Amino acid sequence: MGACTGEASRASPNEWIRTLAQDRKITKTQELVYEMKVDQVMSRDVVTVRPETPMSGLGDVFRGRRISGAPVMEDDRLVGIISLEDFIEWLYAREDDSVVGTKMTTDVDFLFGDEPLVHAVRRFSESGFGRFAVVDRASGRLVGVITKGDIVAGLLHKLEVDYHEEEVLRFRAGRLFKDVLAIGTTLCFEYEVEGRDFQRGGESSSQLKRTLKSLGLNPDTVRRVAIATYEAEMNLIVFTDGGSIAVRVEHGRITVEVTDSGPGIPDIESALQPGFSTAPQWVRDLGFGAGMGLNNIRNCSDDLSIDSAPGKGTRLTITFLMEGDGEAG
Amino acid sequence: MKLAEVVSELDLKVRTARGELERAVGGGYASDLMSDVIANGAKGDLWVTLQIHQNIVAVASLTELAGIVLVNGREPEDATAERAESENIPIMVSALPAFDVIGRLYELGITGGTSPDADQDERT
Repeated sequence: MGACTGEASRASPNEWIRTLAQDRKITKTQELVYEMKVDQVMSRDVVTVRPETPMSGLGDVFRGRRISGAPVMEDDRLVGIISLEDFIEWLYAREDDSVVGTKMTTDVDFLFGDEPLVHAVRRFSESGFGRFAVVDRASGRLVGVITKGDIVAGLLHKLEVDYHEEEVLRFRAGRLFKDVLAIGTTLCFEYEVEGRDFQRGGESSSQLKRTLKSLGLNPDTVRRVAIATYEAEMNLIVFTDGGSIAVRVEHGRITVEVTDSGPGIPDIESALQPGFSTAPQWVRDLGFGAGMGLNNIRNCSDDLSIDSAPGKGTRLTITFLMEGDGEAG
Repeated sequence: MKLAEVVSELDLKVRTARGELERAVGGGYASDLMSDVIANGAKGDLWVTLQIHQNIVAVASLTELAGIVLVNGREPEDATAERAESENIPIMVSALPAFDVIGRLYELGITGGTSPDADQDERT
């Protein structure tokens, strides 16, 4: 299963459909053909004609609505089906104009809406007809028309929906991650943090933690990244007017880049000392500004580089190495 | 020891995440500094603090603590309770001051550092 995703994401659309079909073998389609009902794929917007409609008028009906046949209705009763083929035969014979009632197929074959799709498939191959009227079993009324094209479109749609659901599940299971990284893709996440916004403190790092978890990354790595990002996020909130957190996840490594445009760190050496803090008292009262932030970041990460100019801003680049190349844990 | 046992032994008032009381408590940590808890609190620890603003939830969630005990009868702010509920972080309130809460926890065998219980706790 895992390999399938990798292939699919590299393949052209045609190959993709083929991969999809092969991957599921015939069984999935067979299953669907038994599972789905005629009224799930039929066209409900049915164009009907009357027996007294002139044959010469059919051309406009067929061309205008882009259809190749229509049920013939007498009041509420289905009395026949007229197809493009009937129309062409009439044209070819160069007869005088006549009415639909004389040229239509009268032994009308129809399907019930609640019949499984497999019945429709069988009837199409036995009869050679291009379309069947679909009748509601209870009321006996015409409710739609089904063509081979409707069946193909209905099956494809269902497959697509199922495939998408499965893909979401797979994503949750974290298997996608390995495939994505294996083909050299980099995943990027970016968060904007507003300065002085204590109420939302930790929001970005919590969100990042959830995201990384859903990728199936090693829980210990996720924890380290989340903690370091939290400290950096709180620094943005306490000391700056806001900034951004950009996270890059790639083969074997996660990089978190935290950028702001103010006020800068005058003495990076001191800032890295545990307990060194320039935070105002009210911030300290809330339990922040203990002078441990950068230190915690350094302890959680494999590398921390600080690039800062007073009055201009600060950029932290925090690197985490993943053992086992981001193996799901 | 399970959180539920701690709650009944210390007569704590559970304010959030009542469904999470089956969690194992691995140890304890007491501090009012966020970064200190992040640096020194261990996964599965019960955290004793007097801070009631909503960042305590973020810290507890990030460091995967078992829960938070607020001392001196301090109640979590509304936003804190809301966030704790959505992040499944149990917040409990004790009428006692921190010194007594920690002493009672210690008597129950909940100590600092990591105990084997914390490692067994496979909570994610």
